[in-house]
Amino acid sequence: MPLLTVTDLRTHFHTRNGVYRAVDGVSFTIERGETLGIVGESGSGKSVTGYSLMGLVPTPPGRIEGGTAVFDGVDLLHCTPAEARAIRGKRVAMIFQDPMTSLNPYLRIADQLIEPLLIHQDIGRAEALRRGLEMLVAVGINDAARRMHLYPHEFSGGMRQRVMIAMALITRPELLIADEPTTALDVTVQAQILELIQKLQRELGMAVIFITHDLGVISGLCDRVQVMYAGRIVETADTRTLFKAPRHPYTRALQRSIPSLQQKGAELYTIQGMPPDLSKPLPGCPFAARCEFALPKCVETPVHLREEVPGHSHACLRAQLGEI
Amino acid sequence: MPEPILELRDVKTHFPVTHGFIHRRLVGTVRAVDGVTLSIARGEVLGLVGESGCGKSTLARTILQLVPVTGGAIILEGRNLTSGTAAEIQEVRRDLQMVFQDPYASLNPRMTVFDTLAEPLRVHRVAAPADIPGRVARLMELVGLAPRYMRKYPHEFSGGQRQRIAIARALALEPKVIIADEPVSALDVSIQAQILNLLAQLGRRMNLSLIFIAHDLSVVKHISDRVAVMYLGKIVELGPAVEVIERPLHPYTRALVSAIPNANPDTERTRQRIVLPGDPPSPMNPPAGCSFHPRCPFALEKCRAAVPPLLPADHQRTVACVRLGEI
Repeated sequence: MPLLTVTDLRTHFHTRNGVYRAVDGVSFTIERGETLGIVGESGSGKSVTGYSLMGLVPTPPGRIEGGTAVFDGVDLLHCTPAEARAIRGKRVAMIFQDPMTSLNPYLRIADQLIEPLLIHQDIGRAEALRRGLEMLVAVGINDAARRMHLYPHEFSGGMRQRVMIAMALITRPELLIADEPTTALDVTVQAQILELIQKLQRELGMAVIFITHDLGVISGLCDRVQVMYAGRIVETADTRTLFKAPRHPYTRALQRSIPSLQQKGAELYTIQGMPPDLSKPLPGCPFAARCEFALPKCVETPVHLREEVPGHSHACLRAQLGEI
Repeated sequence: MPEPILELRDVKTHFPVTHGFIHRRLVGTVRAVDGVTLSIARGEVLGLVGESGCGKSTLARTILQLVPVTGGAIILEGRNLTSGTAAEIQEVRRDLQMVFQDPYASLNPRMTVFDTLAEPLRVHRVAAPADIPGRVARLMELVGLAPRYMRKYPHEFSGGQRQRIAIARALALEPKVIIADEPVSALDVSIQAQILNLLAQLGRRMNLSLIFIAHDLSVVKHISDRVAVMYLGKIVELGPAVEVIERPLHPYTRALVSAIPNANPDTERTRQRIVLPGDPPSPMNPPAGCSFHPRCPFALEKCRAAVPPLLPADHQRTVACVRLGEI
């Protein structure tokens, strides 16, 4: 049985300008110990998917309109607040893009680091501090015994991100949702953080949902990838297949836009146009307006994620019919 | 090499660090830019890379006279900008323009596109008032925006379109050099490609020199003719873009290049990554000798002794490392 099964998740934002369908029918599963990548551009709904699972969608204007997210037998979207609290922050943890805004500037590192332990486990402050120190050492903070009594502003960006990872992992969660955890960091620090996440994942055997826009990061880290566009999953496959044989035109276009995969100085491939307005109805494929293969039927016919070969699904009508 | 349009000679930008409010005393100096010598030719694209805090943005601001220079000379077509009067500098600003990273922050939200693009034309009196609407329309077309959007405000545009407006503003006075500080970092991949194409195409068409600052090496390699790598206020390697990024010589450049994730699962999982220990040291208190030595896997005692000069490594490339021939 998968660790987490998400079925038809729909999270909408009710704004003055209409209902914005940020996540519009997303279904996926993740096994214990697996690393699942979610890629997509800004506004594709990848972060809102993570927030929905963690109960972090600002309500109002946001609302989870439907769907289930069953984690080890408990539906996170419909359980009691007490059941949810026993899972969120303990067995499922999340780390965010910007470590400065996700740490409390008024609290010493030690105090915010051990908070999840004091809440979720029946241990004293001294024991929690000892475990906190152990975790800071594990994420590679030098001189941790002294530094844990400092404030976040006294840490560099990379060190703050390490603190946040330590905070998320201190309860030894079974699932970590990492939302662009390295996007704000320099490449050399990014390399350190990615290495750290992989090492801790091996040691703790946890599953990771890695949300990013960087296909390069995905290729080294993830077992399986799903590509999101306009609030929907348009393609999902194991990493190698997705990079070697993408089927959906959006995945192909995304791959072709990366400068490192193109010839130097040549005109870069670009996707024409812009993502659709998610408050307007989209009966057919959301990518149709920008797709070089689109036919009139793509705009009108509803299209669903369908498995082409075991483990590889996509939501392209023409590819499903074998036309492209 | 063709005649350089812009030359930097041993440029230094230091910031004083003071303590105390009433009895202000100097407690140190941040050496943000510490002796940079560079030249850029007409029509050339120079990539400037390095981690946050290495001084690349301060160098850009120094060239544009947005922060006072501490030492050295900045020479644009024979005129030394560091010793000019305020009126001379104002004149020179026409030839030097900048595009910033965040198109959400760099455009005035209360000015329409027309106002934003007309302002430089008015300030520098380069167009008669009657000609301004025509000039603005041409600028918008140049960057791929429809002139009918002239009366719209920045919030009505997407990030990519806003960056086009910022580029149009930089082009308004037909400058000779444009400094683009991380112009695509805030944009999505598909939009990033559009802006890179636009910059490359405009550079060629208008014979512009471009200083392209970025931390994404694959982007820099794509657009630049030459690349300069900065670490803690100094240039550690300078050479043709493809050479520097495909065959890096300085240990820091090697680590930087090896840290870029590769969008190919086969090579990405097997390749050797050099993971540097620790963070870059503080520019207030840089290590003695080569400032990279505490993190360098090849460092020896002699690396601690003296600051390595930037020396020619082959006919096109200069590198600042004393162990160059040995590693």
